[in-house]
Amino acid sequence: MNASLVTAPQAADYIRVLPEIVLAIFGMIVMVVDPLLKERHRQATLGTIALVGSLAALAATWYQAEYPGLAFWDMIQVDAFSVFFHFVIVSVTAVVILTSYEYMEVEEIRAGEYYGLILFGAVGMSLMSSAVELVLIFIALEISSIATYVLAGFRRGAAVSSEASLKYFLLGSFATAFFLYGVALMFGATGSTSIQVIGRVLSSFEVPALAYAGIALMFVGLGFKVAAAPFHIWTPDVYEGAPAPVVGFMSTGPKAAVFAVLLRLMFEAHAPGRIWLIWVVAALSMTLGNLGALVQNNVKRLLAYSSIAHAGYLLVAFAAVPDSGIPAAMFYTASYAAMNVGAFAVVSHFSSAGERYVRVEDYSGLGSRSPVLAAILTIFLLSLIGIPITGGFIAKFYVFSAALQSNMVGLVILGFLNSAVAAYYYLRLIVVMYMREPRTEVPVSAVPAGMGAAMALSLAATIYLGVLPGRVLDYAGRAVAELSR
Amino acid sequence: MSTGLDRWILTLVMFIPLAGGLLLLVFPRRDRDLRFFALVISVLDFLLSLHLPVHLKSRVYASDLVGMANFQYELNRPWIRVPNIHYHVGVDGISTWLVLLTTFLTPLCVLISWNSIRERAKEFFILLLVLETSLLGVFVSLDLFLFYFFWEATLIPMALLIGIYGHGRRVYAAVKFFLYTMIASVFLVVAILWLYAKTGTFDFVQVQSAIHNGQVENFTVAAPWLFVGFFIAFAVKVPLFPLHTWLPDAHVNAPTAGSVLLAGVLLKMGTYGMLRFNLGLFPEESHRNAPWIMVLALIGIIYGALVAMVQPNLKKLIAYSSISHLGFVVLGIFSFTTLGLDGATFVMLAHGVSTGALFMLAGMLFERRHTYEISEFGGLATPMPVYATFFLFIVLSSLGLPLLNGFVGEFLVLSGAFRDRAVYGILGATGVIWSACYLLWMYQRVFWGKVVHKVNEALPDLSVLERACLWPPAILALLMGMAPLLWLKTIDAAVQAALVPLVEIARKGIFP
Repeated sequence: MNASLVTAPQAADYIRVLPEIVLAIFGMIVMVVDPLLKERHRQATLGTIALVGSLAALAATWYQAEYPGLAFWDMIQVDAFSVFFHFVIVSVTAVVILTSYEYMEVEEIRAGEYYGLILFGAVGMSLMSSAVELVLIFIALEISSIATYVLAGFRRGAAVSSEASLKYFLLGSFATAFFLYGVALMFGATGSTSIQVIGRVLSSFEVPALAYAGIALMFVGLGFKVAAAPFHIWTPDVYEGAPAPVVGFMSTGPKAAVFAVLLRLMFEAHAPGRIWLIWVVAALSMTLGNLGALVQNNVKRLLAYSSIAHAGYLLVAFAAVPDSGIPAAMFYTASYAAMNVGAFAVVSHFSSAGERYVRVEDYSGLGSRSPVLAAILTIFLLSLIGIPITGGFIAKFYVFSAALQSNMVGLVILGFLNSAVAAYYYLRLIVVMYMREPRTEVPVSAVPAGMGAAMALSLAATIYLGVLPGRVLDYAGRAVAELSR
Repeated sequence: MSTGLDRWILTLVMFIPLAGGLLLLVFPRRDRDLRFFALVISVLDFLLSLHLPVHLKSRVYASDLVGMANFQYELNRPWIRVPNIHYHVGVDGISTWLVLLTTFLTPLCVLISWNSIRERAKEFFILLLVLETSLLGVFVSLDLFLFYFFWEATLIPMALLIGIYGHGRRVYAAVKFFLYTMIASVFLVVAILWLYAKTGTFDFVQVQSAIHNGQVENFTVAAPWLFVGFFIAFAVKVPLFPLHTWLPDAHVNAPTAGSVLLAGVLLKMGTYGMLRFNLGLFPEESHRNAPWIMVLALIGIIYGALVAMVQPNLKKLIAYSSISHLGFVVLGIFSFTTLGLDGATFVMLAHGVSTGALFMLAGMLFERRHTYEISEFGGLATPMPVYATFFLFIVLSSLGLPLLNGFVGEFLVLSGAFRDRAVYGILGATGVIWSACYLLWMYQRVFWGKVVHKVNEALPDLSVLERACLWPPAILALLMGMAPLLWLKTIDAAVQAALVPLVEIARKGIFP
């Protein structure tokens, strides 16, 4: 029996899960305070509590970065890698809370648990990025998933929303079952559920066939969560039905967390068969995502397909050698989070009550009716295309250059051709905004403060990552040493 | 000795327009002030850029030095540590003049748009200034990543200028322009990334010397692909036949200022790229591929001229004439002779000035009649004598009349091509004849004879503002024709340096 199992957790152990503790406490405060508040101020107050909670978690992450190491019987590991993903996830949470203020008011949703669920979801996601033990990862995955299942169905008046929620829940549970089965097989193959031990076993002994099956099954479960093809079929329907801020959340937060798990699994655990698995899935995701997006008329569906394609680009980095692949993937996650959350903020502001205006034509002439809003959305779309001075450009460049260093010429050419195809559908939205006659029947309302702050923050992050990516890249580079032992 | 100004001048010239654009962002929407501000910024930038040729040293290093340390006003600062990306800028005798061409044409673009852009003027001038910065960036970047960065950055403002402020099928033209260039540059970026993967640097000079010294593994296998990767991206921009189909659409539908910059500067990004990167990085492959490229260039010269001849649309005619002229540039570059390269560079500049002016002239006609159809005009010399004079002068400079700017470049290119292989020179020379045919015929139909359409009788002649747009290119056209050595001295030094690796190959006798 391992001696560490019997020792009680130390204070440092609690510091290493501090952000999760903070988020959970604030989530509970939201739930408890909810019935005590007057109807009129309830939403704003709860939102503010949640915002403070996420900012406190950000501070906790900052604090935690000084205490790297293992905690809770080697199930949690705080390192540059986990801190990086904590930052991404918690920042996304804060921005999503800011965008939700307006949405809740316009949609007249009176439910305190909304903010609570966002915070609980963030607990799961953060935990995923620091967990180094498969069963704990599974639990964290479930915490995050269950919160997002419920969030997807929050537009109770709309049938599509309930459909989205149910679809996401059914398929999602199925996928997690796959993951759990994979964990079981991996345990059978290596005798451990600790990623480090698995990595040691797989790199030093002959790889048992069972490990291949285990990795493949786990990949199915995780691939579903990041909407990678061929596990992407749910994405457009769910994104279309779920409330816009929630889509902004679930297309970035859980994705970042699952990519963190995938990175640990693929590199730290020395997953067998990594290259071909990634090759196929990345190629499929990029191609199917972009081709699907070409024919979409609903902006939310369009962004859903785009997120499938982006999962593909990101996976390209997984095929590279760890030295350049890991930081590339991490940088991509961060920059994708910034631009996608921003894009969905604009979409959710523009869609108005009942999400009536989500078709591409509704954006006609937005460039002359609301130049600022149009310019902001344009920058996010340009970043999604991968045009210079935006984070999307550097991210894509970095991912593909990492893949090329590992001689994946075919995959890189496929990726770039895909981004040229992708330019077309993002550009269509820009064209509609600037070059079509304005539609006066679509209302353009002023941007409220919270929403404005959310847009400004994502915009600043997108530009910052595009112009001065050095510091973030350096930080991501530090994580390599910890993962590729 | 490099003083502080010498080190920062390029950065200043490059980013003043961008800074001006950003300031415009917070400017109140008073159109007149906006224009003045944009004009002041662009003129200031032009004056500042004059520093470059004045203090440019025309030195050539010993021929065994492939590093070609001929770049001046260099500034090399790390930008991103991993991957190893530097903010490395510098110019030689070739790019200096392209920088100047850009800063020269931009104030004219502001002037020409003074009255014609009334709606969303603020955005227009912002886009124009942002476009200027990205164009300048392309010409001064000595880091491959930086180059690609600006190369892509030119796309958005240009596409928006066409799509928002153009006319006719502007959206179609804008999207076509965007996608053509975007898809072509995929190959460019893959080639750049491959080079980075093998050499660990994006720095042009370092990559070049690594290739030269044979330190790049698998280079001989990859070189043909790399060459093609670079070449396709540039060929679309030039545009080289048969990749030219986006150009007429883009030109016809673009606003005048857009056309001027498109023809004047954007097309040169392609030829500049060929000269700098295809020749500089892959001399052997350039030699190997020269025959079919020369043939394409010749087809471009003759085909462009013939198609221009039958165009009923004035602007389309000028667009096709650009294809023909740019064919000369490519012909000159791939002749690998000093004369040819000197000429090619000179044609780039001359074409920028004359064709820019031609597009401005066409735009003035469009403002009066809202059409470019040649059949709608006729006998314009009677109501608009000053306009007709300017037009004739520019037409003559464009078709290569001796003592005007078009002649010098084309003559040098043809002598170079002739030296390379006589048949190239002979075929290319027919292009000069063709261009005289279509330009003069067009001039005849538009200006001579009686006024056919009643509306044309009362057309006002040029306003002061319009004259102000035309005098600078006219004077420059004359000056470039009379005293080409002012330009050729520095161009020649840079060309000699650029030819060093090619000469070496010839000396080694790899190619007969």
